[in-house]
Order: sequence, then structure tokens, then C-alpha cells
Amino acid sequence: MSLATVFILMMTIFLVTSLFLFKHSSDQVVTQLQEKVDISVYFKEGSAEADILGVREEITKMPEVKDVKYVSQDEALKDFMEKHKDNPVLIQSLQEIGTNPLLASLNIRAVGATQYAAVANYLETAPFKDLFEKVDYYQRKSVIERIFSISSAINRTGLFVSLLLALVSFLVAFNQVRMAIYNAREEISIQRLVGASNWFIRGPFLIQGIISGIIATVITCLLFVPILLLLNPKIEALFPSLGVLQFFFNNFFIILLIQLATGLFLGVASSLIAMRKYLEV
Amino acid sequence: MIKFEKVTKIYQGNKTGANKTCALEDVSFGVKEKEFISLVGKSGAGKTTLFRLLMGEERPDSGRILFDSVDVQKIKKSNLPYLRRRVGTVFQDYKLLNSKTAYENIAYALEVIGASDEEIKKNVNEVLNIVGLPDKGNNFPMELSGGEKQRVAIARALIHRPEVILADEPTGNLDPYNSSDIIQLLLKINELGTTVILATHNKDVVNNLGKRVITMEEGRLVRDEANGRFII
Repeated sequence: MSLATVFILMMTIFLVTSLFLFKHSSDQVVTQLQEKVDISVYFKEGSAEADILGVREEITKMPEVKDVKYVSQDEALKDFMEKHKDNPVLIQSLQEIGTNPLLASLNIRAVGATQYAAVANYLETAPFKDLFEKVDYYQRKSVIERIFSISSAINRTGLFVSLLLALVSFLVAFNQVRMAIYNAREEISIQRLVGASNWFIRGPFLIQGIISGIIATVITCLLFVPILLLLNPKIEALFPSLGVLQFFFNNFFIILLIQLATGLFLGVASSLIAMRKYLEV
Repeated sequence: MIKFEKVTKIYQGNKTGANKTCALEDVSFGVKEKEFISLVGKSGAGKTTLFRLLMGEERPDSGRILFDSVDVQKIKKSNLPYLRRRVGTVFQDYKLLNSKTAYENIAYALEVIGASDEEIKKNVNEVLNIVGLPDKGNNFPMELSGGEKQRVAIARALIHRPEVILADEPTGNLDPYNSSDIIQLLLKINELGTTVILATHNKDVVNNLGKRVITMEEGRLVRDEANGRFII
């Protein structure tokens, strides 16, 4: 068994595992962000509450809409005061204005994240759009879309590099078995001479592949724990609710299975193909 | 016991079919149980090809080879090891593993078929006695003379109690004294009931044997005499 084979297998397994963890994390970030999405429709000052409630009824009828919350001017003011109660300057300036500058609004939540576009489209062309002061949606949308595209680009790149590494490790392992067969050619010819069964002759080369895969898996798995422990505080600082470390330990056996499957598949497949090509029995 | 029926073997050479060599052409003969046959002919006459075909290492282009009325050509690849256990082989270059002692080289043939340690010990010591090397079991091939190495190889060939021993130039690397010893050993094995087919260039060996001689020439069987002599 060669160091090069184990090392390249380790790199492949490492990357596959990282990809698995990243996929989970990015999915979670996107979901979390999507849950925060809503569309806020602000009504022009002086809009009658009856009109606003009428609009609410219309919007609620859309199949894409989950719920619509009406926030009146008074409620908006109350929320604002509550939110900024520690900021006396803001409160004071609000009192100086004397009137309520905040607008009444409808907060619309769609059934799924993908349906916001349809809702936004509808609002743009709705007959009652003259009542709207502004529709607040587009800013968040671009952030979400950007994160989505970045994460899927990273996933794609990761998958591509994983496949590339898998190919390289396959070739390295393949070459190792090929050399082993070449080195043992004398013994193999004698084994055949004395009537060793075909699997007796092939066995050692197959086991070599299996052992390479297992050793690479074990080392990678052991390496992953300290690396995650070390990186976790930094990840937590960036995305507090991600819980990569917890995800890793909760799904430890699935991850181990993925690693073992990658290692064994590459080790065994390369041995089998090298034997088929170079080991005549 | 063994029957070659109109066997032809052509080596194709390169892909275009140039350098085609006809190693065997329409060869037919039979071997009875407990027979001792000398196979003579120049290098390239087809002696080794004959052995390889009988071992199932190669397939004839036409004709067939029967071993105990089983068509060797039709034996599945996975069953070939069982045929090889019934046929012992001895070569000019001994084909011993230098990293193993004489004892281990012989034991290896039993290990590969999964024999027990006791079985191995009993059988290996027995064949070491038969070939006259009871004290050399712990020596490595490097520490043995050519004649002794060939005895170890014969011991290994005997360990499966084969029905046939194929000896391909077993005396090719040996001096006349050792050659004579090896031939005597093969005769002894033959007397114990094993069929022996001996391929050789050695004129004296063949003439002193007074056994059946098959002469090959350029892939053809040209002479088959019951009490033959070496004539090329």
C-alpha cells in the first residue's frame, strides 16, 4: 500500500465531506433568509382604512399568498416607539413633528419563496396600485438571489473539483495496483502453476484497495474533527445559527458512511479494473 | 488418458497478421496412464506450446485436447486451477521463489489451495524425502545447487499427487551428473504411478531411457516410436 494512494484518497474524501457540509450550510442560510422575506406595501398618507382592508381582502384571495397582516399608522408608531425607546433623540424629534409620519402598511407573506415574484408582479399591475406609496421587496430579493447564486456556484465548483480529484485518486490507486501486480508477477505465475484459484491470486490486490480506502477514511475523519472545532467559532461569528459542528456530530454516521463509500469505491474500483487489465489468471 | 486430436496452434504475431507462426500443425497422439514419454525436437518445434495447451494456458486454433475425456478447451477459466492441480510442471529455470526456503516453496503449493498446517508438514516432508533432500528444507534457493533446485521444483510439482508431470527441459541447466539424477528421479516418480512427459534436447538422456519418443519438427509430429531414439 502506498502513501501516495492514501493521501490522494484522503484529499478526495476530505473534499467530498466538505462539500456535503457546505451544501447543508448554504441550504440553511438560504432557507433562513427566505423565511425573513416578505413584501411590505405602504399606503399613501390619508388612505382610508376601509380601502386598505379592501386591498388586503383582494390580496388574500391570491393562491400564492399565505397571510397578509395589516399594520395601521398607530400600530406602526407604537412599533417604532417600542423599537427606539432607548433613543431619546429620535423619540423627541418624532414628538416635535406632532403628527404621525409613519404610513399604514400590509405585510404580505407568500406560501413559498419563489412566489414573491408573482405577488410583486400582481401588485405592480393591480387596479388599486395608486393607493400605494411604495412596495418594499426588491432590495431583499437581490440579496437572496445573490446568496443563492453564490452558493450554487460554490456547490458546482466543489462538485467539479471533487470529481476531478476522484479521477486523480482513481488513477493513482490504479497505478499502484498495476505496479504491485508487476512486482508480484513471478509469484503470480507460480501461484497459477501450482493451481491457486483465481480469487486467491486476485485477493491480495483487492484487499490492498480496500485497506487504502479504509485508512484514508479513518485519517480524514480524525482530521475533520479538530479542523471543525478550530473553525467553528469563526463560522459561528459569521452565521450564528448555522451549527455546522452540531450538524457534523448529529450526522456523524451518515458522514462516515459517505466517506467510507467514497474511499472504498475508489480503492476497490481501481483495483478491480487494474486486475482486469493486467492480472491474467 | 491424454489425447491430442488434430491440434493446430498459430501465433498471430502483430495486428496485421505478419510474423504469423504456426507453432503446432495437425498434431495427434495419445498418452496412456503411467506412460513415460520423451518429447524431442529443436527449439521452436512446438514442445512448450504443447504443454501450454495441455495446461489450458492457451487455446488451440483447431482440434481438441482431451484430459480424461474432458475437453481442456471447454474448461471454464474459474475451473482451470483444478486442472493445474492434476498436472505437475517442472521447468528449466525451476521457477522457485527466492524469498522462500525450499520447504516454504513446496508448502506454498498447498497453502494456495487452503491445506491445513498439519497436512502441509506431513506432505512436504514426504516429498522432500522422495526427491532426496530431507535435510535441505530450510535452505533458500540461492543456497542450493542447480540439481537441488530442480529437485525442489519436482517436489513442488509432486505435492498435489498429480496424475501427470510435464517436465519442460528440466535438465537444460544441469551438468550430466545432475541431469542423470533428475532423470532417475522422474523415472522413480513414473514407477510410483505418475505419467511423465519429458521435453528435452538431451540426446543421451533420451537414448538411455529406452521409452516412447515423440519427435517434433516445425510444429509437426514427425515420429512416434514405442522404443525410440533421439534422431533429428
